[in-house]
Amino acid sequence: MAGPYSAKVMDHFMNPRNVGEIENADGVGEVGNPACGDMMRLYVKVEEGRISDAKFRTFGCGAAIASSSMLTEMIKGKTVDEARAITNRHVADALDGLPPVKIHCSVMAEEAVKAALDDYARKHPG
Amino acid sequence: MAHIFFDHISTTPLDPRVFEEMKPYFLEWYGNPSSHIHDQGQAALKAVDAARTRVAGLIHARPQEIVFTSGATEANNLAIKGAAEAYEKRGRHIVVSEVEHFSVMNALLPLRNRGYEVTPLKVDSDGKADPEDVRRAIRPDTILVSVMHANSEIGTIEPVAEIGRIAREREVLFHTDATASAGHIPLDVEAAGADLVTLSAHNFYGPKGVGALYVREGVRLASQIDGGFQERGFRAGTENVPGIAGMGAAAAIAKEEMAPWAGKLRRLGKRLWDGIGATVSHLHFTGHPVDRLPGHVSFWVEYAEGESLLLFLNVHGVMAASGSACSSNLRGRDEEDLVASPVLRAIGVPSDICTGSITFSLGKGNTEEEVDSVLRVLPVIAKRLWEMSPTYLDYQKQKVQGGG
Ligand code: FES
Repeated sequence: MAGPYSAKVMDHFMNPRNVGEIENADGVGEVGNPACGDMMRLYVKVEEGRISDAKFRTFGCGAAIASSSMLTEMIKGKTVDEARAITNRHVADALDGLPPVKIHCSVMAEEAVKAALDDYARKHPG
Repeated sequence: MAHIFFDHISTTPLDPRVFEEMKPYFLEWYGNPSSHIHDQGQAALKAVDAARTRVAGLIHARPQEIVFTSGATEANNLAIKGAAEAYEKRGRHIVVSEVEHFSVMNALLPLRNRGYEVTPLKVDSDGKADPEDVRRAIRPDTILVSVMHANSEIGTIEPVAEIGRIAREREVLFHTDATASAGHIPLDVEAAGADLVTLSAHNFYGPKGVGALYVREGVRLASQIDGGFQERGFRAGTENVPGIAGMGAAAAIAKEEMAPWAGKLRRLGKRLWDGIGATVSHLHFTGHPVDRLPGHVSFWVEYAEGESLLLFLNVHGVMAASGSACSSNLRGRDEEDLVASPVLRAIGVPSDICTGSITFSLGKGNTEEEVDSVLRVLPVIAKRLWEMSPTYLDYQKQKVQGGG
C-alpha cells in the first residue's frame, strides 16, 4: 500500500517520536492552521543555549503529525539559533517530500519552533 | 491483511454477472450502433437498446427517456446547463440545495457568469431541504429546481416527491441527482415528479465511465457535446457499448435484488452505528438518523482529525472516506484545493472539524465480521489520536479541574 505519502511520512505518522509534554518547559509554542483547524503545540527544554528536549502534541492530518515528529527530531541538540533557521522546506525534505496540497502542514512545524523559542526568549531575557 | 471496503459511496465493485454481460461487446461484437446496416452494428444497437429498457425499468421510466452519458458528472452537466440554455427565454433563475455534488455546483458557475441567478436552498442540521423553502424560492423566472435524491457524504434522503410536486405545480423543471441512491433505494420518476434524473452505473455494481440522464418526454435540453445524432441528439459521440450493456445488466440486477440488499445493509449499518455509538466517545453522527441510505454511517469525532483516522483505518485494512471523496483531494495542486466539506458546513458542523468527518458506506458484499473488526479498531485509533491531540489534553485537564 503506497498511498499518497512517502514511507518516511508514514513511519513518523504511525510511530511519532516525542509525543507528550514537558513539565516546566522553557518554551511552549502553539500554532494553528486556520485553513483546516489543525493545531500543534511544541514544548522545548533549553540547556546552555541548546535544545535538550522537545515534545509535541498535534491535532491534524498525517502530514501535520509527521512534520511535528520530524521537527522534534531535528531540533534536539541544536542551538537556539540553529533551530530558528529551520524552515518548513527542511522538514518536508527530511520527510522525503510532501504532496503539494500538504506543504502548508509543514509550515505549522516551522511556526511552532519559532513560537516556542519566542516564548523561551520572553521567559529568559538577556 | 484485512481488506475491508467500506467506501461504496465512492464506487462499488463490478458485479461478476455484469462483467459477463459486458464481455461479448469487447472482442466479439465490437460494432458501432450507428452502423446498424450490418450485423456488427446491429448487435451493438440491440445491446444499447436492451440496456436502455433495463435502465428505464429501474426508475419506472420509458426507454426513450434514457440518455446514456459518460457518467454522473456529465449527466449533471447536461441536466443543468442543457436545461438552462434550452429554457433561457423563459427565465434565468435556478434553485439548488446547498448540499449538491460538485458536478452540479460547478456546472452552475459558467451560468452565473452569464447572468443566471441561483438561489441556494438551506438544509437543516440533518441535511434535509424543506419543500416549503422550494415553494418560496420559486419565482416567475425560475426554470429549474435541482435537489439530490440522497447525499453521499451524510446519507440523508431528501424529500424529492414533495419537492417534485411543488415544482410541477409551478411548472418548473425538477432535476434530481440519484447517483448515490439509484439501485439502492426505490426511485420512481412519476412518484418523484422528476423531469431529469442523474444515474451512475458504478455506484450500483456496474462499470465506471457510464451513466445516464433520464429526460422526461417533451423536456428540451441543449446538447453539451456537439457532433453526430446519437442519443436523440442529446449526446453526440459513439456509444460506450460494453459500458452501456454493463449498466443495463447492473440495473436489471439491482431492480431484482435491491430489497434484500437494503435489508442486509440496514442490519449491518445498524450494527455499525450502534457499536460505534457505544464504543467511541466524543462522537457525533451526521445526517438524518432514519431517512438515510441503507448501510451508510457517517460521523465526526472530536479531537481526532479525519485524514489521520482514515490513514490509521487503512493501516488496519479498512477503507473509508472523509468529507466527500472529492474534497479530500491529496493530489490537489495546492492548499486551495484543501477545502472543508461544503456539506458539513451546510449542516452546521464547525469548520475546524469539517476535515474530521468519516463516511462508512457498506456494500452487498460486506459481512458482520467486517463490521465487528471495524468496531474493534476504531476506538483504539481514536484513543491514539486523542493522546496526540493538544485540544484533548486541555479538555482532560479541564475535566479534572471541573470534577475536583
Ligand atoms: S491539513 Fe491541516 S495541517 Fe495538514
